[in-house]
Amino acid sequence: MQTLANIEELVQGVLKGKHRSIARAITLVENNEPEAPELIATIYPHTGKAQVIGLTGPGGAGKSTLAGKIVHEYRKRGKTVGVVAVDPSSPFTGGAFLGDRIRMQELTADHDVFIRSMATRNYAGGIAKATKDAVRILDAAGKDVVVVETVGAGQSEVEIIRVAQTIVVVHAPGLGDDIQAIKAGMMEIGDIFVVNKADRDDANKTASDLQTTLQLGEKESAWKPPVLKTVALTGEGVSELLDKVDEHRKFLQSQPRSERELLNAEAELVDAIKEKVESSIVYSLKKREKFQELLKKIINREIDPASAAEELLRKMGVD
Amino acid sequence: MCDMFDEDELKKLQKERERWEQTTLPNWLKQSSERKSEFHNHSGITVKRLYTPEDMKQTDYMRDMGFPGEYPFLRGVHATMYRGRLWTMRMFAGFGTAADTNKRFKYLLKEGESGLSTAFDYPTIMGYDSDHAMASGEVGICGVAISSFQDMEVLFNGIPLDKVTTSMTINGPAPVLLAMYVAVGDKQGVSRDKLGGTTQNDNLKEFFAQKLCIFPPKASVKLTTDIIEYCTKHLPRWNPVSISGYHIREAGANAVQELAFTLYDGISYVESTLERGLKVDDFAQRLSFFFASHNDFFEEIAKFRAARRIWAKVMKERFHVKNPRSMWMRMHIQTSGCTLTAQQPHNNIARTTIQALAAVLGGTQSLHTNSFDEALCLPGEDAVRVALRTQQIIAFESGAPNTIDPLGGSYYMEALTNEMEEKAMEYIHKIDDMGGAIPAIEKGFFQKEIADSAYKYQRETDEKKRTIVGVNDYKIEETECPIELSRVDPKVEQEQLANLQRLKRQRDNKKAREALDKLHSSAEKNQNLMPVMIDAVKAYATLGEITEVLKHVYGEYKELIVV
Amino acid sequence: MKSEKKIRVLIAKPGLDSHDRGAKVVARALRDAGMEVIYTGLRQTPEQIAETALQEDVDVIGLSILSGAHKTLFPRIINLLKQKGLTDVMVFAGGIIPEEDIEDLKKLGIKEIFGPGTTTDSIIKYVFNNVPK
Repeated sequence: MQTLANIEELVQGVLKGKHRSIARAITLVENNEPEAPELIATIYPHTGKAQVIGLTGPGGAGKSTLAGKIVHEYRKRGKTVGVVAVDPSSPFTGGAFLGDRIRMQELTADHDVFIRSMATRNYAGGIAKATKDAVRILDAAGKDVVVVETVGAGQSEVEIIRVAQTIVVVHAPGLGDDIQAIKAGMMEIGDIFVVNKADRDDANKTASDLQTTLQLGEKESAWKPPVLKTVALTGEGVSELLDKVDEHRKFLQSQPRSERELLNAEAELVDAIKEKVESSIVYSLKKREKFQELLKKIINREIDPASAAEELLRKMGVD
Repeated sequence: MCDMFDEDELKKLQKERERWEQTTLPNWLKQSSERKSEFHNHSGITVKRLYTPEDMKQTDYMRDMGFPGEYPFLRGVHATMYRGRLWTMRMFAGFGTAADTNKRFKYLLKEGESGLSTAFDYPTIMGYDSDHAMASGEVGICGVAISSFQDMEVLFNGIPLDKVTTSMTINGPAPVLLAMYVAVGDKQGVSRDKLGGTTQNDNLKEFFAQKLCIFPPKASVKLTTDIIEYCTKHLPRWNPVSISGYHIREAGANAVQELAFTLYDGISYVESTLERGLKVDDFAQRLSFFFASHNDFFEEIAKFRAARRIWAKVMKERFHVKNPRSMWMRMHIQTSGCTLTAQQPHNNIARTTIQALAAVLGGTQSLHTNSFDEALCLPGEDAVRVALRTQQIIAFESGAPNTIDPLGGSYYMEALTNEMEEKAMEYIHKIDDMGGAIPAIEKGFFQKEIADSAYKYQRETDEKKRTIVGVNDYKIEETECPIELSRVDPKVEQEQLANLQRLKRQRDNKKAREALDKLHSSAEKNQNLMPVMIDAVKAYATLGEITEVLKHVYGEYKELIVV
Repeated sequence: MKSEKKIRVLIAKPGLDSHDRGAKVVARALRDAGMEVIYTGLRQTPEQIAETALQEDVDVIGLSILSGAHKTLFPRIINLLKQKGLTDVMVFAGGIIPEEDIEDLKKLGIKEIFGPGTTTDSIIKYVFNNVPK
């Protein structure tokens, strides 16, 4: 069990960029240990410096390979990099096979790169918070760039990727269902779209289909998401991708406190409130006799759950 | 053209069989039930209680079976098979320094093996010299360490290359090792058209089975094809590829998958060589194959027979060969290493015998038998001698080789052969639909099939649905290892390092550098690399130096992991 | 809401040995038993393995080797783990490791060796029973 003094030590280690401290800190937030809120509260003021890039898209598009090449390219540009690779946990066994770091395993020897694999652990929303906190830890540790990689397969993945300032959606030809393979939500939040495996004959069609779909759904925004082409296996197009990411960053910085930043902060505050409400208010309400009474009434069809909740909250003095 | 059974007689037989099933059989089952409710072989094919002529009612002898030495070659590629010439007894060997392995080669030849087969150590297989950082701790441990032409000369010292054929299990760096072998032949004064042997050189299977890939898929196929093309023109007795199923099987595939994936790799190499502009009848007869012989005796024999027939059909119908020899599937077989146990290792002699017999009854051209200490260490001299004797006993004492395809016509054997062919063809069509071997590899198709089969096998073993004698049943208390383990002298690495240092001091470094530059430029121009490769090895450029040049041009492969 | 703590396992292939059938079967079995498994892929240096274990903050490391190079590679790995402060990680090994080497390896800090014929169930059980709390 980590004591208060140890948290101090841990935070100091993180701020110095020590890999062991970063690793232990991420474990704390991943397991939502009691010390986690203290840890995040202490490092939060040191965050906000890193450039956070989200990489998502359907399976088989070559995201992990592309992530590896992106990290390589940033290293060439003299940046230190953190990577958080998220993979799904099995809903049946609860276990997970975390295989993304294999594609960049040679970077493990580079001490300016930190790679962490995280499993979704089947707690809706839980992984989004843990990922955000992991990103914050890497940010506070001084990493210039943090890449978050996740399979774009569901609502929670959209939540995860919101932690990024620039969201790159990676697609590839021949994945079946073409544009449909990019789940709803990703098309809306993508800042840059990439067609990987661009050396294939059908890559141009995928790119133009994407372009068309984007134009149809064009939002009121000064940033028009471009469609780029890469060949992750050779690294072709990766430099141009990073240039575009930088362009997007400059765009964001030129905007007054960007709308998305505000929306994200609001969403996080609301989530934090909800969590506090659950852990304190709900917890205490459950202990009351009235709670058990109302349960019996619900089963006997004397009262519906929503009205029962209102009754409990009114008793607490909450409108 | 030659239906084997009269339709009316078969109908009568069916009635008799039904009578048996309704009277004699149930009476017996009442007294004692069968050991299992269902019996399956390794590929999951149901094994029936009994096979009768009914199971062969579709068989037309001339169309489906034929005579040995004639299409569809089901019964054998040669008209006299082992009555004319026994299979080659070719024992895979290699460890320590070239001098150590040279000694083992000579021992095996003295004890009666009829061909050499070389095992290289991991650094050599991955294109590293013995002094590379990645080679540390691995030099000479799993095979012989060969870093230069000089090492190769020592390896074949006193072994006349015009009298002996040599197989080399080498894939990524195959062009380098072949170049070295040719250089040794040149030095011995043997004309190149007399050099006989095989380079495994099957890079496709590396991506999903043996995993010893250096370069990405397209470049690897290019190098394989360079060797096929070069041999077709300059080394007529050399088998440029040994299209392998052994490693696919050892990685966990079942027999049908082994069969299908191997054949598909063969199809891919024919296609890649045709793309070079060669005519199929020019090179097809030198394509050779390599299979495992696993535990299920009849399944393995059926697999070997089905392989021959499928290949003959593929060559005839897909590639339109004119020369019958182009339809021959010549194979080397190795008994399965992964079936051998560390527990009660002497039992492995029985396993290897059954597997070797299956290979002979399956009509192999060449055979390696594993030593009983396989699961514990590299073969000791005594263990490898027993393995060789196993082949000799089958050859001279069992009578098995005295008639051709003795199981031909067995109702079970023909039915099983047909079923394996059918199932393998399903896979082949599937891979065709995916666009071929490389797209399938990139999709992780082979890898997933193999991983799933491997996991299934392990689950069945853990759950005791499959008995492994001595391991999950019939165990004994083994407090210490019952046999003496052979170990490689740790001084080998030091010796090799000293050799390399000396070589680099004594050679003409300018000449070596120039040869490497020529290789680089030839690779960039996408030429056939064999000629410049031979020059480079003769200039004593090392294996590692050559591999670095190629990595520079082709890049390095990163594995797609499928679990 | 509290996330359930999971056992994190690193399955590693040190050196040039390319036999990964066993490592992958074990990785899959551990995943099916509810653990989070990080697999390094083939041809890892001791430094890569130790650093991966550190970054992933794993509870357990499983080393798979069939090439005989364990005598050189395992001591390097254990030393690096010590240097990086990963003394509380449980390390086990599997593959082809002669009986006569096992005692030395255990003295070195490899907690258990699972040779050919081991069932995946026994490995799973061992990890559950011996993972450092």
